[in-house]
Amino acid sequence: MTSRRLKRRFAETAEDPTLQVSLTVNGELIERTASVRMLLSDFLRHELGLTGTHVGCEHGICGCCTVLIDGKAARSCLTLVAQADGTEVTTIEALAAEDGKLHPIQQAFKESHALQCGYCTPGMIMNIFGRFNEPEPLDLSDQGIRTMLSGNLCRCTGYVNIVAAVRRAAQLLGRV
Amino acid sequence: MKPPLFRYQAPKTLKEAVIALASDPDAMVLAGGQSLLPALNFRLASPSLLVDIQHIDELKGISIAHGQIIVKAMTRHRELELDERVRQANPLIAETMAHVAHIPIRNRGTVVGSLCHADGAAEVPLVLILLGGSVVVEGPSGRREIEADKFFRFHLSTARRRDEIAVEARFPVLPAGSGWAFDELTRRHGDYAIAGVGAVVRLDAGGHANDIRLAACGVASRPIRLLEAEKLLSGTALGEAELKAAGKAAADLVSAPDDMHATNAYRRRVVAALVRRMVAKAAARARTRQ
Amino acid sequence: MSTRQFGARIERNIDPKLLRGEGVFVDDIPLPQPLHAAFVRSPFARARIRSINIAAAERHPGVAAVYTCDNIGDLDVEMPLLIPHSSMKHPHTQRPLARGDVYYVGQCVAMVVAVNRYVAEDAAALIEVDYDPLDVEIDIEKAVEGGAPLVHADAPNNIAAHFVQVSGNPDEAFAKAEHVVKIRVQVERSTAAPMECRAVAARWDEVSQELTVWDGTQAPISLRGGLASILKLDEDKVRVIAPDVGGGFGQKIMMFHPDELLVPMAAMELGRPVKYIEDRRENFIGASQERTQIHYIELAAKKSGEVIGLKDSFLHDTGAFIPYGIAVAQVASTSIAGPYRIPNIWVEFKAVYTPTVQVTPYRGCGRPQACFAIERAMDQLAEKLGIDRFEIRRRNLIGEKEFPYPREGLLFADGLKVTLDSGQYHKALEMILAELGAANFAAAQQQVRAEGKYLGLGLAFYVEGTGLGPYEGGHVRIHPITGKVYVNTGLSCQGQGHDTVFAQIVADQLGVKPQDVIVVEGDTKAFDWGVATFASRAAVVSGNAIHKTATIVREKTIEAAANMLEADAADIDLHDGAAWVKGSNRFVPLAAVATASNPLRYAFNKAAQAATQFAPASRHDGPPLEEGKAPGLEASDYYSPPCATWAYGVHGALVEVDPELCTVKVNKYVCIHDCGNMINPMIVEGQVHGGVAQGLGGALYERLEFEPSGNLANANFVDFLMPYATEIPDIKVMHLETPSPLNPLGVKGVGEAGCIAVGAVVASAVEDALKPLGAGRFHQVPLTPSMIQAALDRAGR
Repeated sequence: MTSRRLKRRFAETAEDPTLQVSLTVNGELIERTASVRMLLSDFLRHELGLTGTHVGCEHGICGCCTVLIDGKAARSCLTLVAQADGTEVTTIEALAAEDGKLHPIQQAFKESHALQCGYCTPGMIMNIFGRFNEPEPLDLSDQGIRTMLSGNLCRCTGYVNIVAAVRRAAQLLGRV
Repeated sequence: MKPPLFRYQAPKTLKEAVIALASDPDAMVLAGGQSLLPALNFRLASPSLLVDIQHIDELKGISIAHGQIIVKAMTRHRELELDERVRQANPLIAETMAHVAHIPIRNRGTVVGSLCHADGAAEVPLVLILLGGSVVVEGPSGRREIEADKFFRFHLSTARRRDEIAVEARFPVLPAGSGWAFDELTRRHGDYAIAGVGAVVRLDAGGHANDIRLAACGVASRPIRLLEAEKLLSGTALGEAELKAAGKAAADLVSAPDDMHATNAYRRRVVAALVRRMVAKAAARARTRQ
Repeated sequence: MSTRQFGARIERNIDPKLLRGEGVFVDDIPLPQPLHAAFVRSPFARARIRSINIAAAERHPGVAAVYTCDNIGDLDVEMPLLIPHSSMKHPHTQRPLARGDVYYVGQCVAMVVAVNRYVAEDAAALIEVDYDPLDVEIDIEKAVEGGAPLVHADAPNNIAAHFVQVSGNPDEAFAKAEHVVKIRVQVERSTAAPMECRAVAARWDEVSQELTVWDGTQAPISLRGGLASILKLDEDKVRVIAPDVGGGFGQKIMMFHPDELLVPMAAMELGRPVKYIEDRRENFIGASQERTQIHYIELAAKKSGEVIGLKDSFLHDTGAFIPYGIAVAQVASTSIAGPYRIPNIWVEFKAVYTPTVQVTPYRGCGRPQACFAIERAMDQLAEKLGIDRFEIRRRNLIGEKEFPYPREGLLFADGLKVTLDSGQYHKALEMILAELGAANFAAAQQQVRAEGKYLGLGLAFYVEGTGLGPYEGGHVRIHPITGKVYVNTGLSCQGQGHDTVFAQIVADQLGVKPQDVIVVEGDTKAFDWGVATFASRAAVVSGNAIHKTATIVREKTIEAAANMLEADAADIDLHDGAAWVKGSNRFVPLAAVATASNPLRYAFNKAAQAATQFAPASRHDGPPLEEGKAPGLEASDYYSPPCATWAYGVHGALVEVDPELCTVKVNKYVCIHDCGNMINPMIVEGQVHGGVAQGLGGALYERLEFEPSGNLANANFVDFLMPYATEIPDIKVMHLETPSPLNPLGVKGVGEAGCIAVGAVVASAVEDALKPLGAGRFHQVPLTPSMIQAALDRAGR
């Protein structure tokens, strides 16, 4: 095992067909060339460096990759960046204030110990944020909150404190 | 778990889309992508071309006319679920839509896409079968309307030809005075159903069922009408004995084999129970709507 | 005096960054021009490889390298047997890439490294492997019968290990028994399924000849040792960093998964950073799993219900390899008597090879299976003797005054004697009885039965040996400029809140806010003595090591401050980030004490001026740094536990079973829980909640579905039913705090506690609910609706 061998040469790029995409991400207009098969999750994470959006299953069950597309919660792993052309995408990085002050939903999570490893947390919060932004009334009963959270898996918390955090967030946002 | 290589087109008109789809025998239509993208990520599908229909204006929107709720191809589940006109015209639809996966999936997935995906355990195909709706498709040889009971062939297969685009689905409004109900048994909230049953019931002045429709999903290779159960209930006052007999008749229609989530015997039990419960619930609603 | 931080519900230091999306997990590390790895995996459970053709893959645009067993040099060996044990006659571990044979669906056969993961997967699909499939048997009961196809030719009857442990005189006890019950129970295969799959990235620095590996591991230091040894590098030239890790639950204690060796190798060979981000499918078919055990357990009892003997013989599925030794089975076998006196025990296990993914610990590590066996047997004994389920436990629980309670003859997974150290078992039983309303439950049950509702009550006790050795260390330093306290230990964290609980421990000693204590772990360049995060041991072992270290720094600080304040050390108190002369307003900030403790030549700020060697305060005879003294306020120390400390608890549930739909609804779930002194009850509760949810997954939903061919039919989250919030009830946690006498902080571990009893609780409750329908007994988890249906069917319902 030596590193003193000749460097290998290989084609440094893939031969994927590409397209121009133009989308707004967290308020900023982004124009890029991307592979037509690139998932929005990979685009956000690796092309834009917004690694707060996590990837947990790449088949739409775990919800870790949830972002808002045109204001509505969506799976970025089940969306091609091509499909997001012309849309407005919001990620977890846009929630806290510029100075780092947490958004009330984030604050509620902190106060309620609603996160442990924190891997599911951005997707969980974006899903809740999406629901809070809908005009539909919120059902803040235990069952109502659990239904809101279904679609996002968490392996650490047993959800108990996440349910409490949603209730607390509703309080902080005057939604009770 | 990354998609294989494909080409991609996003036409602005239906005409262009039809041409694009016809141009390549391995092309597939991409609408919301909530079933197709997982298949791509698992590399279970390998289209050479994806025709993204999301920018086609004529495939957007919901309208209600002549007793039909017309749902265009790019209508997302959540749009249909929350549409107040639809809720008035046919409350069964909103009630059932709430069982489809989870809100982030319903925000992107399309109603017509779900029909075309034709999972035997899915809710939307059941609704189309239950209400006797149809799907309109358009291909190089023109447009045609396919009745629900002809549309679903078997699990993941429909009467839509490969070069046709499903442009809209038509769901009849709920017949006046009818009661409705839908429920399903899933292992987890939002999962595909182990079994689901929908019922539409109208009662005559004497409280007898004079129009009853029942359908189930998850129990066969496609959603099915529970005709034998309907027959047993038709004209009756929907008493306990009739419900029980109808439940048993419905159970006898369960053809799904044992799988990792449920045995055939278990599905039979569930369908029987759901038929009893849904018919009773729909009848109770019918009474309040008379 | 400051308020005591130990025991306080303090919000976590790490949360703001995780909440803002600023956590840094392996795939978030920005690497210059990284290459990406993908694997070709065996589609057969057992097969001989005839040939591998990589030509098309090598030619594929964007591919940097393709590896098979033929071009990985020194790595083409069986990977380490981590925990040797004499009971293993034919131990086998896997090779990084298969040579000759494959042993499970998912085994790595070739690795492609390419410009991105998309292309790497494209190229992997171009590799042609010609397999000769062999016969398999994945049913462990059949696998041990003569004539079953062998996973490894040298392991007769597929037996990987056979081990018997005896405490007391079980034969005599069974001869004297007035009643004997014997049951068979089964727990099925599951997986940890952390939300972040496994991930490895590596960078080789040509100039310094240093290898940096980012690995979402629970064991960075152990991994560093292994990497250096296998890659033949100086240990100091290998740095392993476990950054933020998205859950581990034991799966990430296992090393090496093949990628953990192959990715660093490729980075060294290709001169470019390489990363492998395991996807969810690979996590299902490639990463360690656990749980399958079949127990035949017998209890010998007197008429009074007193259990005088226990015999248990069980089969443990170890998968195709046994790299982690017999740990899981050994923990199960030594936990088998639970919290009960049972003085005479015979416990035997056979670890069985099956052509499936290797089995290594998953949260609980054999305890859920042992708990399921003993608790189901206790219920059965209660029924047989006509004694209430609470009462039979009361008659057998170890009394408060009987501790320490040794089980002579049983050796725990640390190789040390099993000795239950402390507890208030009877009090826990009373608490759960009250909280469940057990006294009135039968009446309530009866009442709703008329309405067609079937309610059930279930309970189960568990014990958990926690805080295993060998040791961990701590390093504490007060920073001279800010006065903030830096703490290091050799663990890595997967969400347990180490940075906060360790800060609380240190804050109490040094009189600072926990928010001013910065814990850095998971980096071998930050601290490289220690073992790993496993077996509910972080708080016990690192916690006490850090506590010991902090007390040393406290003494140093007081001594230095006493000098500066010209006071007696006994009169110095540390609080509010400063050293104070008691009863006065004279103080000196810790930053200044830290600065002054470091004789300086250069004055870079005001505090530094006072500390330079020419400052008046520094003048004394002799060298600026006295002989035998070290600069600064800093120390390292270690803690090595004498043996495991035993936490325990009792869980109970009230459920409703719908006999038509065969569904189980948990209406109430209660945990009485005792992990000794709690450092942060909020975090303890979080650990228990999460454990219970994982336990409910195992009790009702989660089962890996291996087809007879050995193919895993549900290698995805669609069909592996990990519960959402909608499937988990509210969970009530009530605490008891019986200090452990074994360590200075009096703490016991909590990480695994929540998951242990749940299967037994649920089965007990469902059985209770369906008793009037004659549904019989439930001795297998997960307990599925189809199983309830079948039981009701048999009962003619």
